Amino acid sequence: MEQAIESQLLEISLGPQHPSTHGVFRMNATLDGETIVKLKPVMGYLHRNHEQIGESISYIASFPFTDRLDYFSAMSNNLGLAIAIEQLGGIPVSERGEYVRVIMAELTRLVNHTAVTGFLINDMGAFGTPLLYAFREREKILDLFEAASGSRMMCNYVRPGGVREDVPAGWLAQAKQLVDGYPRFLDEFEMLLTDNEIIRQRTQGVGVLSKELAVNASVTGPMLRATGVNYDIRKVDGYSIYPRFAFKIPLGSAGDVYDRYYVRILEMRESVKILQQALKQIPDSGPAISPKGLAIGKAPRTFRPAKGDAYGRIEAPKGELGFYLVSDGSPQPYRYHVRAPSFVNLTVLEDMCLGQKVADTIIILGSVDIVLGEVDR
Amino acid sequence: MPLSQVWQDLDQLFVHAKQFLLGVLPEPWRPWASMVVTIGVIAAIAPAIMMYLTWIERKLIARMQNRFGPTRVGVYGLAQPLADGLKMLIKEDIVPRGADRLLHTVAPILAVVPAMLVFVITPFGRGMIGADLNVGLLYFFAISSIGSYAIFMGGWASRSKFSMLGAMRAVAQIISYEVPGVLSVVAVIMVTGTLSLTGIVDAQADQWFVFTPWGLVGCLMFFLSGVAEVNRTPFDMPEAESELVGGFHTEYSGMKFALWYMAEFLESFAICAFTVTLFLGGWHGPNIPFGIVAVLLGMIIATGSRLPWPVRVLGAAAMAGALVLWGRQPMPSWIWFFTKTYALIFVLVWFRGTFPRLRVDQLMGLAWKFFLPLALVNIVAAGLWVLIPNPILTWVLSTTILMASAWLLVLANKPAPLARRTYVLAD
Repeated sequence: MEQAIESQLLEISLGPQHPSTHGVFRMNATLDGETIVKLKPVMGYLHRNHEQIGESISYIASFPFTDRLDYFSAMSNNLGLAIAIEQLGGIPVSERGEYVRVIMAELTRLVNHTAVTGFLINDMGAFGTPLLYAFREREKILDLFEAASGSRMMCNYVRPGGVREDVPAGWLAQAKQLVDGYPRFLDEFEMLLTDNEIIRQRTQGVGVLSKELAVNASVTGPMLRATGVNYDIRKVDGYSIYPRFAFKIPLGSAGDVYDRYYVRILEMRESVKILQQALKQIPDSGPAISPKGLAIGKAPRTFRPAKGDAYGRIEAPKGELGFYLVSDGSPQPYRYHVRAPSFVNLTVLEDMCLGQKVADTIIILGSVDIVLGEVDR
Repeated sequence: MPLSQVWQDLDQLFVHAKQFLLGVLPEPWRPWASMVVTIGVIAAIAPAIMMYLTWIERKLIARMQNRFGPTRVGVYGLAQPLADGLKMLIKEDIVPRGADRLLHTVAPILAVVPAMLVFVITPFGRGMIGADLNVGLLYFFAISSIGSYAIFMGGWASRSKFSMLGAMRAVAQIISYEVPGVLSVVAVIMVTGTLSLTGIVDAQADQWFVFTPWGLVGCLMFFLSGVAEVNRTPFDMPEAESELVGGFHTEYSGMKFALWYMAEFLESFAICAFTVTLFLGGWHGPNIPFGIVAVLLGMIIATGSRLPWPVRVLGAAAMAGALVLWGRQPMPSWIWFFTKTYALIFVLVWFRGTFPRLRVDQLMGLAWKFFLPLALVNIVAAGLWVLIPNPILTWVLSTTILMASAWLLVLANKPAPLARRTYVLAD
């Protein structure tokens, strides 16, 4: 059928100054009415030379910089780099250190998933209520981080061989109390959101990502699992001490925004299970960092790993976070590369957005769960 | 009217006060003075209502979100609206380059004026109406639809793509929702046989319309269409903050921005006030002595620990005085009216604190595919109500028709993917 009215496409720049692009991200969208016909992500507004800096300083000096990659999950980022360095230098990890690291990583997952769900609903236009509920819980976990590491978000806590220093007295009991109370918060959160008719209308069937495309684009994390692919590095690699815990991997089926939301909720419930087991099993005493670990007081530049390379990867809250290190025997890495899940997951944005409405674009972006600090590095 | 009689009847306090004022003046001046007084009162009350609506909204939403809301300016943040107004006044007024300066300035004014004009015909209480037009309802719909021109004008004149998109959404939305909004009121007109708002309120002296099948459906549709017309959550598409930055008022700052907000809040108030007038019995209410309210209010003021003590003492004393003076009179009509209106405003705020936003196409679908057919069926139901004298038969018939059609419409419109899903927990 011929179109009766000639109409023009509207090009619109969503971002970099926009309330819902989660930072300085920009989407050059072409609209036909309200429908997206073309969408080009523009990145790089927050580029900070992270990798180049990593190549010019000692291995351990990169830790504070990794905090600023995905600033919602500093502990996970630390853990990723620590695992890469441990592989490179053959550093064993102390028993208690392993447990503390897993506890921190899973708490980080709770922080991240809670916050991102809150933000997602905020993008849908709820005036902050779910977000503030989410942040109330996040604050409690950040309090724990502060007690352990001295900083709420920029923790800089995990070290090759263990953690920087042991958790303070009484910390584990506090953590246990929080973890045991967490399912109650999740129930409350779900009561507000999961069966909400508007949320289901807005999210179901929106931003569908197919299994094939997700695998081909090497999408990882909750986004991949929402499409139904069973791939979680905690199970696949079994790094750290994850094989000791009993937990499941929640899988979606449709790969739409709703599945991504709900997979995150279910993942939080699984994380709570891991945390409960870890808090029960953790040895009462022992060093927090192994004797060979890069503890405080060791001159950082004395750590010179042998020539070679290592790729350490973890299941960060957003997906596969990998650190690739090449050593030439000097105190600083010859090559330092970060495989950032936010960045890789963002590459399928256009495929998910085509044919959707402007309003959907925003929630699709929200459901990808990006942090610009990690995208642009 | 002598001064000694002015304060005797609480219900008619304001009416008598006006009569007393007019009585002081010479005879030929009275019609003019009457107008000036009415206009003056409305022009003074409307901004005050708007200012404190912002305070109420911020406080209520803060409570829903585990926050305190404004607390710094004045006790309980009560002076916050004044501070905000002052800030808006002294802020720089930015007009974007390339914008149509004239339309950019006219648009917010054009939005506020109709919103205030609606107050003229709002029956705040028995005899408390600015102008009792015999076509009051028509006037309301005519005046309130001017707002869409203002929004489109503002969006167009700003010369910004976000504003333009917001304005386009606004026009589509407001026009769509006007149809079910008007049609839902047709039922009221059919039953009462009048367009005068006083007449409609009088017709509800025995039974509020909301307690009839067609009244309940009409009330819900009128209120929800109204929510959509004034762009409030979950229908706040035109200013969708997370999508279109600020929608049609993206490029507004300073006092012009404040005017947009004033229009929005006044229209929200008007929608609540008219839902009360048309369906919730207007200023009618159960016969409760005023004394109970006076005692309750006095106790609240006297025990408000954060109020300064002179306020507490004076407030409690004033309430005691009110108790002595008017304790045995029934609750005045204007208190009923404002109570009901603010209860509806609480509902609006509650929506805002809970719901996410619908999408444009879903919003339009709701208006055209659900509200419009249901409004038409509702007219039939109201017709049956008028025609059939047997009360039991009418109740059964109209309830059946409405429920069946609502059920059919839900079935016909239910989008496919809304099913419960199962999630695999893999190893």
